[in-house]
Amino acid sequence: MARDAPRSLLLGCPLVQAMLSLNNVEVIYNDVILVLKGLSLKVEQGRIAALLGTNGAGKSTTLKAISGLLHPEDGEVTDGGVEFEGEQIDKLPAEDIVRRGIFQVMEGRRVFEHLTPQENLLAGAYTARAGGVDESLDRVYGYFPRLKERGASMAGFLSGGEQQMLAIGRALMAQPKLMLLDEPSLGLAPLLVQEIFEIVERINREQGTTILLVEQNATRALEIADYGYIMEGGRVVLEGTPAELQDNADVKEFYLGLTQVGQRKSYRDVKHYRRRKRWLS
Amino acid sequence: MQGDVFLQLTVSGLSNGMVYALVAVGFVVIFKASDVINFAQGEFLLFGAYLAFAFIAQFGLPWSLGVLATLLSAALIGLLVERLVLRPLIGEPVISMIMVTIGLSSLLRAIVNGIWGARPRAFPNFMPSGEVEFLGAVVGIDRLLVIAIAGILLAVLTLFFRHTRDGIAMRAIADDQQAALSMGISIKRVLAVAWAMAAITAAVAGIILANTVGVSHDIIFIGLRVFPVVILGGLDSVPGAVVGGGVIGLLESYTAGYTTSGLELIVPYIVLIVVLMVRPYGLFGKEIIERV
Repeated sequence: MARDAPRSLLLGCPLVQAMLSLNNVEVIYNDVILVLKGLSLKVEQGRIAALLGTNGAGKSTTLKAISGLLHPEDGEVTDGGVEFEGEQIDKLPAEDIVRRGIFQVMEGRRVFEHLTPQENLLAGAYTARAGGVDESLDRVYGYFPRLKERGASMAGFLSGGEQQMLAIGRALMAQPKLMLLDEPSLGLAPLLVQEIFEIVERINREQGTTILLVEQNATRALEIADYGYIMEGGRVVLEGTPAELQDNADVKEFYLGLTQVGQRKSYRDVKHYRRRKRWLS
Repeated sequence: MQGDVFLQLTVSGLSNGMVYALVAVGFVVIFKASDVINFAQGEFLLFGAYLAFAFIAQFGLPWSLGVLATLLSAALIGLLVERLVLRPLIGEPVISMIMVTIGLSSLLRAIVNGIWGARPRAFPNFMPSGEVEFLGAVVGIDRLLVIAIAGILLAVLTLFFRHTRDGIAMRAIADDQQAALSMGISIKRVLAVAWAMAAITAAVAGIILANTVGVSHDIIFIGLRVFPVVILGGLDSVPGAVVGGGVIGLLESYTAGYTTSGLELIVPYIVLIVVLMVRPYGLFGKEIIERV
């Protein structure tokens, strides 16, 4: 049944198909450490989904479970399943998953420091058809003209913002259907964060790339997302449209830094017992 | 007359140096792709020389076919070694892979010994052996030919690393293996290509040595020169291997020509120690980039 769904989409059915779905996924590292405890989420085609949560909630692990990067870290999906376009992908190696159209932009940029920006982009096109590479390069330079200006200098000498642009550009080179973005705002100045988020939104709109965005910066992420999930302790504890999440009192206080009356407040003022509150304790 | 001697020493030093560079390049390719120091590189050289001997002298193939067969079998051996010995160790600590190459070197040496025995063999020399006048000095044509062959091969390799998909992937893996994996780069495939390339460059050097010094187990000692060469040039730099090979070759040649009593045998190792003290990553080695 599920396999017939994309066809109905082609026939003009207004329903949006879930491109990616995780059903009760359990991930164990090194055979003992349970990191994801029955996580479920869906990402619909052409949308931006945000996955929010504090440090250690399991956000990065979720992305790696999708992209197959768990395997080299001794992690394993032990229960549940990851489905992409109606097919089970959690047992596939990372290279096959990239070829199917999922590209993870890893946390911390991870550019190839001793390669030039252009060589970094070419490495991103590893799985792409040889014919379309020049076209892809032009497209990436269209989004990030600054990368072209840096010419032959090694990518390790780029600024943090430029490296993040390069990391996203590298993903674009593979022309993925689904882009997994892990903390693109990490360690960047607010103005740059603004710029990166605007470009992510443009890529979604202009290239039709579906995006799953992991962020600590909840305010910004909810601004561009169509749907949001909040994770804690390896599970999704709350989900909804950005408007619904922004209205939730707990989300306001713990993720957006707002009090009930809606004014911005210092995290220091949050009372100790409130700060320790968790949905699942 | 002083100038003639100098020029002759330079040409012979350079031609030896280019052979070192070829062996070193194979070593560098493997180090770049996997951080593994291949202690079996000298044995690849030995294997290449004996394969050429087998195809040309024993099976009686014309030299062009013999060389082709040698290169193809070398590539096959490289692929086999990667598949059977190295691939099971992917993900294990690099030191295990390095230790396994030491075992591999003994194994390859034993195989050569088992098939061809330990005594030196005469190789049907196919390189032109005449001499030419060159700026007032008399130099062997084969010397010049060696420099040309090595130069072309090294230029091709440099272009490979700059412009081809697998070349860029190889450098990407050297920088950040996990990030390379995240863009669908197949580490297995790239490692296989690296080992095949290392075996081929070593075989080219082996064929050259078979022509110039003959086929015997002494070739392994030439393989050992790879260490001063790559330490000087930088473990992960192809241009470094060329410059390192040239410098070590010239140094040996000049010390042999202008001093007495085998000093040239230790000069490369003196260079090795000095470089390790002054510039441990070599002339062209990768520095660690620190963004401030």
